Amino acid sequence: MGNTSKEFDIRLHVLVPKHEVLPKEEAREVLERYKVAPHQLPLIKSTDPAAKAIGAKHGDIIKITRNSPTAGKAIAYRYVIER
Amino acid sequence: MMRIPKLIDRMDFSLMSPDEIRRVSVTKIITADTYDEDGYPIERGLMDSRLGVIDPGLRCRTCGARSGSCPGHFGHIELARPVVHVGYADTIHNCLRATCRKCGRISLPEPKLDDYRERIREMMAAGRKWWGVAHEVIRSASSVGKCPHCGEEKVKLKFEKPTAFVEGKNRLSPSDIRERLERITNDDALLLGINPKIARPEWTVLTALPVPPVTVRPSITLESGVRSEDDLTHKLVDIIRINQRLSENIGTGAPHLIVEDLWELLQYHVTTYFDNGVSGVPPARHRSGRILRTLAQRLRGKEGRFRGNLSGKRVDFSARTVISPDPNISINEIGVPEHIAKTLTIPVRVTEHNLEEVRNLIRRGPDIYPGANCMTSPDGKRYDLRYADREDLAKTVEPGFVVERHLTDGDILLFNRQPSLHRMSIMAHLAKILPGRTFRLNLSVCPPYNADFDGDEMNVHVPQSEEAQAEARILMGVQEQIISPRFGGPIIGGIQDHITGAYLLTRKGTRLTREQAQQLLAAVGLFVALPKPAVREGGAGYWTGKQIFSMLLPKGLNLTFKAKICENCTRCKKEECPIDAYVVIRDGQLIHGVIDARSYKALERCEVLDRIVKDYGTTIAREFLDRTTKLSIAAAVMLGFTTGIDDEDIPPEAKERIEEVLEEAGARVNKLIEVYNAGELEPLPGRSLRETLEMRIMGVLAESRDRAGGIAEKYLGLDNHAVIMARTGARGSMLNLTQMAACVGQQSVRGERLSRGYKGRALPHFKPGELGAEARGFVESNYKDGLKPLEFFFHAMGGREGLVDTAVRTAQSGYMQRRLINALQDLRVEYDNTVRDGRGAVVQFMYGEDGVDPARSDNGKAVNVEKIIERTIGG
Ligand SMILES: [Mg+2]
Ligand SMILES: [Zn+2]
Ligand SMILES: [Zn+2]
Ligand SMILES: [Zn+2]
Repeated sequence: MGNTSKEFDIRLHVLVPKHEVLPKEEAREVLERYKVAPHQLPLIKSTDPAAKAIGAKHGDIIKITRNSPTAGKAIAYRYVIER
Repeated sequence: MMRIPKLIDRMDFSLMSPDEIRRVSVTKIITADTYDEDGYPIERGLMDSRLGVIDPGLRCRTCGARSGSCPGHFGHIELARPVVHVGYADTIHNCLRATCRKCGRISLPEPKLDDYRERIREMMAAGRKWWGVAHEVIRSASSVGKCPHCGEEKVKLKFEKPTAFVEGKNRLSPSDIRERLERITNDDALLLGINPKIARPEWTVLTALPVPPVTVRPSITLESGVRSEDDLTHKLVDIIRINQRLSENIGTGAPHLIVEDLWELLQYHVTTYFDNGVSGVPPARHRSGRILRTLAQRLRGKEGRFRGNLSGKRVDFSARTVISPDPNISINEIGVPEHIAKTLTIPVRVTEHNLEEVRNLIRRGPDIYPGANCMTSPDGKRYDLRYADREDLAKTVEPGFVVERHLTDGDILLFNRQPSLHRMSIMAHLAKILPGRTFRLNLSVCPPYNADFDGDEMNVHVPQSEEAQAEARILMGVQEQIISPRFGGPIIGGIQDHITGAYLLTRKGTRLTREQAQQLLAAVGLFVALPKPAVREGGAGYWTGKQIFSMLLPKGLNLTFKAKICENCTRCKKEECPIDAYVVIRDGQLIHGVIDARSYKALERCEVLDRIVKDYGTTIAREFLDRTTKLSIAAAVMLGFTTGIDDEDIPPEAKERIEEVLEEAGARVNKLIEVYNAGELEPLPGRSLRETLEMRIMGVLAESRDRAGGIAEKYLGLDNHAVIMARTGARGSMLNLTQMAACVGQQSVRGERLSRGYKGRALPHFKPGELGAEARGFVESNYKDGLKPLEFFFHAMGGREGLVDTAVRTAQSGYMQRRLINALQDLRVEYDNTVRDGRGAVVQFMYGEDGVDPARSDNGKAVNVEKIIERTIGG
């Protein structure tokens, strides 16, 4: 997996929430659940440090689990686009 | 029948080619004259009747329609020499610097261009804009030194704003520029951000100029009969004149220099015709010296077409007047002057059931108040009741007619105060027609509108359709807005005297006779039996204020909280609180504690009102608020309440002690300065010695002011009316009072003691570099005794900062708010709790991440566990 930086893994930083690439099947389910086309999801560039760290590629959907002051945990999905 | 002449399914914004300009043109304009001696439009002049008609009675020579139905038609001017379009000067600059001056190709190697082309094709397919790629191409191509296609060296190109380009030492004429742009291939144009299917680069240099129809630039005839032309026409006259001279000079083979000059002048006129506000170009003026308002000025800015006409429309069925308070009407109501009620109307459809009623309205007509202004028959014929025989019309009406009747009590109105910064700036009120000339509103709705009565004006709008009225009633009604969605607490509630009055009534020791108690209930409009008197003495019964207040509380209400006046004692004595700050409400009875800001003040964490809205609904909450405010005012009137400057009186011994404190402070400051001068001051971590000294001095002075204030506060107890207002949260603060009674304190600008003005000092009365309390703006006087002259000046310095701050802040936050609202305006929460924009794209996967509406929850939490427990086991 493409963690490009040898010195530091940004995933370990407190301010970086958990990013995971969804398997194709789950990604399809997410699109179905929200009844959206991929482009209607919030976007993230494949060059984004967090996306690079987990090796996300164009067309993937990333699941982000954030700490939320209101809900405790909040889940968001972002569609990976090129550049 | 409605005919749809053309169906629009797509729009492109593009450039007009010279050919297209000529194609849409109905005539070439060759003369700068407008009308002949008889006042008829001159053929092929700027007012040619083929360009459309504005004079009533005349027919358009192009479409045959009369003024009003003729949309107007474009003409064109053939320019003797091409000129640059100012609006595209940047595009031209980009095209020129990215391409080779000889072969016209983009100065990047072919494979790289192919690469970019591929990327753009993808983006086009995805329906996205490719500006980003185009900019990358331009940026990298313009830094290349030698053309990779033909090997030509690049010559430095300078863009002299707004329309000139200089290559090396050569100034490029618009003709040169156009020639170069023509050489750019379609494939290359795409890479430069120009879609060749829609526009060609060379079309940014004009060879023909469209002349807008006269309907766009109508001339007006003044009362004196003199014709006055539109600014655009004036500008077009200039263009044609210069164009003519230019072409004559070219024809006669005039010297190069003269032609160049005229050409440049033509460029100037065409530039200012498009935009008369380009920097670096002197604005074109009218003969009177007024700056002409040309095309860009018509669109731009606050009064422009977009912000002024498209987003800011003027409406019918609206009224505006000064507002004034009326504590006797409900928060749901609004007092409307009769004059306005007779002007604004509501359409009523006539049925068998309201026929007689409507007939009476028609008979009364537009001048006798509950009347009607107009009626429409089912076939669409309108009758103006001002001029008709109304008795006759009253007989003709039958079911199916629509009558525009005057506003009456209970009609729904939208009430608005600018700036409309949040949802509650427009709320639906019920009309109440009153004498007078102002809109009347209940004082409790001042906070959401941010209104006061120093001359504020407000607007009213009358929803016309049944749907609009129903929507306004259900969604926009004032009582539905009591809780603000911004912080989840009441934004409509008691203010000022409402709080004082409630405190006076409910504090310990308030004893009311039967007459007094009944007087209060009558003021509220509550005609019910009194409860058992709390005290019996000498055969007469006496009621406590708490008993009377409890009569307004809903049954079953249980609450326990600390009032605003609570002193936060280290160990709370609860029910035994000496100042009665521990509030206990059981089953709608106020058992302990006083009612103050903490109970029902707007914009405050108010326990009682908040609870009632959330547990009993908005109707009961509205009734509670209407009654409580009336009761409080009546109580304040009955029990007596006043304040004056003697409320800030403190005894001489207090004054002496305050003086001592301040004297000691001055001495301590001087001591600090001595230590500093001796170089013995211990610096605080991360601070210089100077900063340390400043911080220590400020600390000493602030502490002394607080101590002085504290001494004054000892003599300002809850029997003092000014203190009652401050402590209950009705108005003012203890700081305000101690500044009046004891000491005003340090004045500051940008958080620092005053030091600017003269060399090393704020005023010439001090030595340069003097650091004492007095020299740097410490005001040891109080407002009541008055400030010394120098203190007064310092105070003005500090006060000005506040004024400047608010002015700057409102301007900045206003602009920020505009941009924020523009960005968020079409977001909405869908039924699946996601937040989406106008395209259906997801912004949040769960509204607020927890899906909770703050206006309908307790402190923003989905469930209030403590409350449920308290309710279940019975508090
Ligand atoms: Mg005002
Ligand atoms: Zn016409
Ligand atoms: Zn070349
Ligand atoms: Zn207490």
